[in-house]
Amino acid sequence: MSHELTPSQTIGPFYWGTIVKTYRAELAPPGVAGERIELVLTLHDAEGAIVPDGLFEIWQANSHGRYNHPEDRRNLPLDAGFEGYGRASTFTDGSSRFGTVKPGRVPWPEGGLQAPHVNISIFARGLLNRVATRLYFDGDPANAEDPVLKAIDPARRDTLIARRDGKGWWHLPIHLGGPKETVFFDC
Amino acid sequence: MDKEIYRRPASGVHPANLSPEYKSTVGRAPRQKPVVLPHTLSEITGPLLDTERLDALENDLTKQRSGEPLGERIVVHGRVLDQDGRPVPKAMVEIWQCNAAGRYHHAGDQHDAPLDPNFYGGGRVRADADGRYQFITIKPGAYPWKNHHNAWRPAHIHFSLFGPAFATRLITQMYFPDDPLLAFDPIYNSVPAGARERLQSAFDMENTRPEWALAYRFDIVLRGRNATPMEH
Repeated sequence: MSHELTPSQTIGPFYWGTIVKTYRAELAPPGVAGERIELVLTLHDAEGAIVPDGLFEIWQANSHGRYNHPEDRRNLPLDAGFEGYGRASTFTDGSSRFGTVKPGRVPWPEGGLQAPHVNISIFARGLLNRVATRLYFDGDPANAEDPVLKAIDPARRDTLIARRDGKGWWHLPIHLGGPKETVFFDC
Repeated sequence: MDKEIYRRPASGVHPANLSPEYKSTVGRAPRQKPVVLPHTLSEITGPLLDTERLDALENDLTKQRSGEPLGERIVVHGRVLDQDGRPVPKAMVEIWQCNAAGRYHHAGDQHDAPLDPNFYGGGRVRADADGRYQFITIKPGAYPWKNHHNAWRPAHIHFSLFGPAFATRLITQMYFPDDPLLAFDPIYNSVPAGARERLQSAFDMENTRPEWALAYRFDIVLRGRNATPMEH
């Protein structure tokens, strides 16, 4: 019997209130180690207009650089109550806010470490497949040696770099198309 | 560390992001080729949602309100497998759908069809150790949408799966066998022929419950691991 992949389809516009009743915008309950951060992701279409019916999911390591997953077998601490997963709709202003901790560095298969990053999945009406990207932190000295960032056309690298506002919140606009199209990954 | 843990999907499986017959793709589909990422810990780990506590009735969409929803009660069941046919144990399966009249319980759905106060349309379940899952629900209706003149979505149930890793995340739609609307649906037909048929559930007489409900079977296949991961 063949086991061929199930094809992808769009999330459509009407998921909210059903799957997203399990809304998780606060990833780090009190007591979780690390630097508290706020992430604001904003979704734009090819014309630059905001996408009010999208869904963001994030997945990240804890502040020690450990993923809460059996594949991560390194002897690093796990934090009780911190899974590293968040999900939120973009709502009417096209943005989602997540409260979390800054992830630590995780290894690169050929050796060395990746810069701190958050993995992002994006779903929306009009997107037939999940699109995936990463968020890196402006000013982090590890960015200069990150193998993923280094492999990207420097003209487009900035699309992955979140910047801080006056409140210290990290903002990353994500453009599905157009001249500012974000770098997406086949992962 | 393992390299290239999960197999890359072959061409001819997933829809093209830009599928202009489905008009919303035109302004939203990325145009640049995605950058291929090697499989690092970031891609081979992912949310397992194993601390998520599910209520016993979350997989019975006919029992989430005070009364029974209107419509044709059905059993939807199947297995979550990988490409080698191995079960994905304990996989979280989430679904959502419109009611029997073709209306979603969602403020954005303005289709002139009745809401059913006894049907909310969302459910989830954790597959068992063999990857088996089951929902009780009502058969969703077809509904019109504004993609083109006289556009109708075939009856469908949305499915969301995580699988074992960030790389295996999948959202899809399950259709009903031999629905005449499938031939006209640009979302279904965005998937290449030969693969789109896998989105049709199978009518399952054997698991039909006499005097109670018809059954449909929908197996979901997520990305498998490479047969011989390279170690170094």
